[in-house]
Amino acid sequence: MAIELKMPALSPTMEEGTLAKWLVKEGDEVKSGDILAEIETDKATMEFEAVDEGTISKILVPEGTDGVKVGAPIALLAGDGESAEPAPKADEPKSSAPEPKAAAPVPAPESGAAPTPHQMETAARDLVADVAKTHDAPEVPDGTPLTSVTVREALRDAMAEEMRLDDRVFVMGEEVAQYQGAYKVTQGLLDEFGPKRVVDTPITEYGFAGLGSGAAMGGLKPIIEFMTFNFAMQAIDHIINSAAKTNYMSGGQMRCPIVFRGPNGAAARVGAQHSQNYGPWYASVPGLIVIAPYSAADAKGLLKAAIRSEDPVVFLENELLYGQHFDVPDMDDYVLPIGKARIVRPGTDVTLVTYSIGVGVALEAAQELMAEGINAEVIDLRTLRPLDKATVLESLKRTNRMVVVEEGWPTCSIASEIIAIAMTEGFDDLDAPVLRVNNVDVPLPYAANLEKLALIKAADVVKAAKEVCYR
Amino acid sequence: MARTAKKAAAKTAAQLKSNRERPAEPSRYKATKDELLDFYKQMLLIRRFEERAGQLYGLGLIGGFCHLYIGQEAVAVGLQSAMKVGRDSVITGYRDHGHMLAYGIDPKVIMAELTGRAAGISKGKGGSMHMFSVDHGFYGGHGIVGAQVALGTGLAFKHQYAGDAGTCLAYFGDGAANQGQVYESFNMAKLWDLPVIYAIENNRYAMGTAVERSASEPEFYKRGESFRIPGIQVDGMDVLAVRGAAEEAMAWTQAGKGPIILELLTYRYRGHSMSDPAKYRTKEEVQDYREHHDPIDHAASELEKLGVKEDELKAIDKQIKEIVVEAAKFSEEAPEPAPSELYTDVLVETY
Repeated sequence: MAIELKMPALSPTMEEGTLAKWLVKEGDEVKSGDILAEIETDKATMEFEAVDEGTISKILVPEGTDGVKVGAPIALLAGDGESAEPAPKADEPKSSAPEPKAAAPVPAPESGAAPTPHQMETAARDLVADVAKTHDAPEVPDGTPLTSVTVREALRDAMAEEMRLDDRVFVMGEEVAQYQGAYKVTQGLLDEFGPKRVVDTPITEYGFAGLGSGAAMGGLKPIIEFMTFNFAMQAIDHIINSAAKTNYMSGGQMRCPIVFRGPNGAAARVGAQHSQNYGPWYASVPGLIVIAPYSAADAKGLLKAAIRSEDPVVFLENELLYGQHFDVPDMDDYVLPIGKARIVRPGTDVTLVTYSIGVGVALEAAQELMAEGINAEVIDLRTLRPLDKATVLESLKRTNRMVVVEEGWPTCSIASEIIAIAMTEGFDDLDAPVLRVNNVDVPLPYAANLEKLALIKAADVVKAAKEVCYR
Repeated sequence: MARTAKKAAAKTAAQLKSNRERPAEPSRYKATKDELLDFYKQMLLIRRFEERAGQLYGLGLIGGFCHLYIGQEAVAVGLQSAMKVGRDSVITGYRDHGHMLAYGIDPKVIMAELTGRAAGISKGKGGSMHMFSVDHGFYGGHGIVGAQVALGTGLAFKHQYAGDAGTCLAYFGDGAANQGQVYESFNMAKLWDLPVIYAIENNRYAMGTAVERSASEPEFYKRGESFRIPGIQVDGMDVLAVRGAAEEAMAWTQAGKGPIILELLTYRYRGHSMSDPAKYRTKEEVQDYREHHDPIDHAASELEKLGVKEDELKAIDKQIKEIVVEAAKFSEEAPEPAPSELYTDVLVETY
């Protein structure tokens, strides 16, 4: 019987990919280790190797096809002695029309079929699904043309635009130049700006965070990319002791205008050391600006603002959001104010305060709540320091109920802070105690089921919102 | 160690297997009488300033940590006399008063910073360990051991990026030399041939731990070998030897050959900080340095050989004392920062 060759999962967050090129044709004999095809993932172009020996009896997905779902059959392989005649034709994915975002999560495997590991339900896919199922329009004047852009592209565009405007801006980090970015965020920058301004470093976070801070003190405007903020733990001394305190300690004489950016928070099944949200850590440090955007438009507008700022900025991105599409205003210079939250969804009955990927979860919960007659307002904090208390308190004044949604641990969190603010400055507006929906207070487990249990989900938000509404 | 210093003075790493270009043996700087007088004055100013700072600490006018530079004066004066203000940059750790004074920064605003007054160079918000003068290209003043090495490498990156022909002089001690980030910095500095002089002030004790007890390779000028960074060991108690080595190092970075290490063999007479009783070494050891290797006495005897009369040196001493007394007076009388200053300078911009 012919073996189905399936679209492989080639990165932790890959849901679909492009079948860039077939290196074999129907009728070719292949053996284990032969390169069959080139596949573009969300991160890179990968080679797809044969595991079994046999003859390629049928190519099901032609090269150049975008949006091929992980697990979809892409070719058939006839084993020894089998006929290489084409097998009955399997459903071909539409080559030019990837499925709409709403269907992004891979459907549950048919009963009886053994699921490939990637088809297991994971918390990350639930999070991404919440993002994909909801809509977040940027705040722009009516009539502004919008373009659908991924968060990844928006971040790159922000850097490129600022680099064109200001010679002092440069990007430095691991794999940012020749590799085009470990998560492809710096894709194309080397070509446009050259190796002087797009600098590959050795694996040396403490070193280049310090080097960048020194360059900023000397008058340059570095963008330091951490491959993930988990690795920035090695460099946190310079972020806090060197960058954040310089202006104050020097009585305003010496500045450190630097952006530390990279992915933050849980990704998909990468375990405890690679899955944590540093928002609350950095947000507790005076002298830092901390930004954690959700949408591509906010990512772009706020990264541009961060690069222009004369203060040190920690810019927390989210790996699961990199590949998500959002409408971004088609404007020459889209810069957003730092320190301003945004009402993503206006509502009247309860306020859901959140940031980063939590916004998607809160929006999904708001949709479910609407079905139950509760009209939730969703606030995206966007900047974690300085925190826009006014927007939060003003909303509380109207809804009198609040739930904080945060993909991160509960203890000493942004949620803790919002609750403290609500109690000390909005006490008279509260009709119920503020509740929080955070990740479970444990290191993030690897097992798919445990990971799901540990991360926030819309159902928990719905439950908490109903509780504060006494429903 | 004094013996080692002498014998090892100006020893380069050339004796090691040579698979790369190395700097020439530095020669002792041939100073004119006026230049040497100038060095003498600067060293004496640092000495008297630090003595007075120690006194003010004892009186409770200076608080917190206060690290004195007494004994090491020849290092900052010798090295910084070779730097060009406006082109080059300097960065150091927390033992920074001497380096500020060696750059001709007003002793009054330095002392006022030590006493935490509004007139201090950091408005009283930095203190002994955190002083800066961006106008002089003096970038502090850093309290985390070794941090200035990575930061200084970044300043060198800026010099290269801007093409401004500057060199960064990054000071650190024998203690900081064991920090991991130093080697991360070495690697990048050589990889990109950044114009940086790493000046290791080996005063023999990382706080209370002797070099022999903390460093598997106590000859710090060799610490760059794995990174192809050449090093020169220098008698840090001789201001002209230091200046000579600085010339060689500057020529190296200015020629685009990248980083270079200078190990300055020196000695601090006082404890690590004001609160350190320095019981980890003998009185005799300290006494030996004071009597036989003092950089200021050494310069004075050379000046006498050049025909400077004792009276002239005494007049200089008196003049320096007056400057320091005035600085101390200023620092005691200057008002503390206004309470509203608590909230200023946290961020540059308003959001």
